[in-house]
Amino acid sequence: MKPAPFEYHCPRTVDEGTALLARYGDDAKVLAGGQSLVPLMNMRLARPANLIDINRIESLAYIRDDGRALRIGALTRQRAAERAPQVAERCPLLRDALRLVGHAQIRNRGTIGGSIAHADPAAELTAVLVALDGEVTARGPKGTRVIAARDLFVSYLTTSLDPRELLTEVCLPAPPKGAGWSWMEIARRHGDFALAGVGVVLAVRGGKITAARIGLTGVGPTPVRPAEAERLLTGQTPSEDLWNGAAEAVRAAVAPDGDIHASAEYRTHVAGVLTQRALREAWERAREAA
Amino acid sequence: MKTLRRITLRVNGTAYTGEAEPRKTLADFIREDCGLTGTHLGCEHGVCGACTILMDGQTVRSCLMFAVQAEGAEMTTVEGLADGDRLHPIQQAYWDHHALQCGFCTPGFLMTTVEFLNDNPQPTEREIREALAGNLCRCTGYQNIVTAVAAAAHTLAAATGALRETGAAVPVSRATGVAAGPRKTRATRAAPHRARQTGKPSKRRSGPKR
Repeated sequence: MKPAPFEYHCPRTVDEGTALLARYGDDAKVLAGGQSLVPLMNMRLARPANLIDINRIESLAYIRDDGRALRIGALTRQRAAERAPQVAERCPLLRDALRLVGHAQIRNRGTIGGSIAHADPAAELTAVLVALDGEVTARGPKGTRVIAARDLFVSYLTTSLDPRELLTEVCLPAPPKGAGWSWMEIARRHGDFALAGVGVVLAVRGGKITAARIGLTGVGPTPVRPAEAERLLTGQTPSEDLWNGAAEAVRAAVAPDGDIHASAEYRTHVAGVLTQRALREAWERAREAA
Repeated sequence: MKTLRRITLRVNGTAYTGEAEPRKTLADFIREDCGLTGTHLGCEHGVCGACTILMDGQTVRSCLMFAVQAEGAEMTTVEGLADGDRLHPIQQAYWDHHALQCGFCTPGFLMTTVEFLNDNPQPTEREIREALAGNLCRCTGYQNIVTAVAAAAHTLAAATGALRETGAAVPVSRATGVAAGPRKTRATRAAPHRARQTGKPSKRRSGPKR
């Protein structure tokens, strides 16, 4: 359980970091919080020849509210975001999801950008990013580009980031004021990866849903945005029948794998149940805010 | 080919300097180079929590960091809790409530408890259970650990209250009295690089799998 030898690099600026990535690219891994990468290295499932430790790039740790969206530096610790007043005020869905990312010891080190770049199929943050139509900024040899959440996640642990690119910022458009939200997940133990999880945001006006956003995790190789369920909810007056219909649409939209923790059927079923519960809670919150 | 790096870090107020490969985990550096073997290693992949320490006041799993990353950081390990022969109130509560059986997981639980009670000096039982969820006890003595944490919270709250009445400034966020700056300062050479010694049998055990 010891990692294989590697060359250690410790850039202090984004420019230094991207220069190192341009040089070592395929033979390098970026080390942020290390809460997923270091276990893989300790088990020698990952053996990068070069490790580019970005923990000293202080300019990558920030949370800014630009009026439209929360802009979160890739190196922002999950624990810092979980406790940030801007996150609580502008995007409580993110705060609630963060509370279920691993344990406090993990969130103290784990970063917002790291979790998204790692793209674990059961991660909370990927589903939040997808639900909110977020985007990430990456810098590489060809310059800076912005990647929309829907174009980012390719498969298990795989994103459309180039190995020579450094994810620098995560941008989460804040839901409209008064929108209801809910994060729900089922895990075998507190802090474990979710068997299934769902984030919901409902914008409401005059007793009707004006916009619905749903993002699911743990139910496929990438986070799932169930378009049909969202379409079905939009413009409707909430009722148990409506929640049921949305849950059915979610079940139709997901294709989870079974494993030792839960069968595919169970995960599919739970995804629907959690969606129903999350919709109820989000609706309640929207009503309270109104 | 081995490239050694010179690493200086502070543990429990003492500066340690040693040389290690970049791949050496912080946990191994603390145990082998600093000679502080109170920090235990169970799974070595961030699941069991036995290696939990405080780095700049926050809990981290020391098996998921490389020593080279901790350059310049201020660490507290279980050895930093007691004041001489006097146990820290959290340690005393674990002792009083039989919260350890084999004791292997205890250092990690203690350090987790320190941060938790700093953040939340008056927790509910549910909050205690959630806070401890990242630490595994294979003796499964969780009930008494939960009891001990609740008792420690009481003791610390009483002590803080008493101090407040005397007008001493005790920030609530530092209720446990740990996690802040160094208590004593002296420079110590790290022990010789023991990893280079030969014939040392591996005592590592494979930990619980995810």
